Amino acid sequence: MNPPEFEYVAPKTVQEAVDLLKVRGEWAKVLAGGQSLIPLLKLRLASPALLVDIGKVPGLDYLAESDGHLRMGAMVRVADLNRSALLKKKYPAIHDASGVIADPLVRNLGTVGGNISHGDPANDLPAVMLASEGEMAATGSGGNRVIKAEDFFTDTFTTALAHDEILTEVRVPVPLPRSGGAYLKVEQKVGDFASAGVAVQLSVDRASMCTKVGIGLTAVGPTAVKAKKAEEAMLGKQVTDRVAVAEAAALAADAATPTSDIRGTAEYKKRLVRLLVARGLKRASERAGGKE
Amino acid sequence: MAGKIHISLTVNGKEREANVQPRRLLVHLLREDLGLTGTHVGCDTTHCGACTVMLNGKAVKSCTVLAVQADGAEVLTVEGLAEGEELSAVQRAFIAKHGLQCGYCTPGMLIAAHALLQNNPDPTDEEIRDGISGNLCRCTGYTKIIDSVRYAAKIKNAHK
Repeated sequence: MNPPEFEYVAPKTVQEAVDLLKVRGEWAKVLAGGQSLIPLLKLRLASPALLVDIGKVPGLDYLAESDGHLRMGAMVRVADLNRSALLKKKYPAIHDASGVIADPLVRNLGTVGGNISHGDPANDLPAVMLASEGEMAATGSGGNRVIKAEDFFTDTFTTALAHDEILTEVRVPVPLPRSGGAYLKVEQKVGDFASAGVAVQLSVDRASMCTKVGIGLTAVGPTAVKAKKAEEAMLGKQVTDRVAVAEAAALAADAATPTSDIRGTAEYKKRLVRLLVARGLKRASERAGGKE
Repeated sequence: MAGKIHISLTVNGKEREANVQPRRLLVHLLREDLGLTGTHVGCDTTHCGACTVMLNGKAVKSCTVLAVQADGAEVLTVEGLAEGEELSAVQRAFIAKHGLQCGYCTPGMLIAAHALLQNNPDPTDEEIRDGISGNLCRCTGYTKIIDSVRYAAKIKNAHK
């Protein structure tokens, strides 16, 4: 299958790329790693007139902490997230997710920015961003702006980015001491999209009481879902409090609006969410090492 | 019609040039423009991994890369694995352990195994399974492929 015809430009700066997007309007599309976009082109689900390849723009592949945030350049490959010792230690939810996105070959090309800006509710990083107070930095013809993860995922395959804006950086706050996270995904086979996935990021105090809880859900709604009521239910509670965990898990399942498809019935997926939230809270709290 | 773009890349150590439409896929550049038909097209939907090649040192699915994206890149295909007349350790191991039946997935499996052993010279069985998890085989049930990769690691490590 060949993609439909399109023009191709590989600018050397973000500004050049933005200018092209502005001039060509919505017929232009940004190409990053191509692991979502190229399949879409081949299936004729997208047929842009122009692809603006940001893969040749230098300086978009940094991965480091600075000014209170972990900053991931949009072109950081998913495989590089997974290899990072810093992420494994301090950002385990991102580390977990980066090991279960598609397969190792796709992860070698797929990018952080692409996984997020594609706006696919079945992609794994959006839920992690919703759980981790993630922010997206974008550059457009009107300048730079930062969009909170909560405001970023507006609909299926649709984000808050304007057509002449490029996601340049994805960031999450450096976690407080005694923080931990986890990402759990149930997939029918290796490399598949999730039947359901759950991201948890939490902080606890010296008495193992939750002082901060983020819960994001994958593939159970039109966008990745932030399970706010479930988060609130855990605040001030111990993660060993079975009643609180059961309540949070049930509230998260209520927030899920999955559809029945080849990956399971809606009811099954809600049950997965319930199970994965309970497991995710446990794993995240173990990693937070709350008990001192 | 979108004009053709001139690209140059290194394939199996040789400088190659081509004029390609932007929509040309890397796998078609390799097979049809450069005549390297060892790389197979299987599913053509980013699932099966028969088209796996090394792109700048990383194993990727060449049906999901545009040829223009590979401008300036280094590509290694299955034809480039052997050192002269001598097959690589991975290739010899697949022969010795019968790591193939129909052979369709084999070029991709060889490259995936090559990439895995480059990063991890002594993988556990679980790491081997993970390393080839982007490559489908419909014949072997994977057992013999995993045996082959394990044996390839052994041969390679014995030579050090």
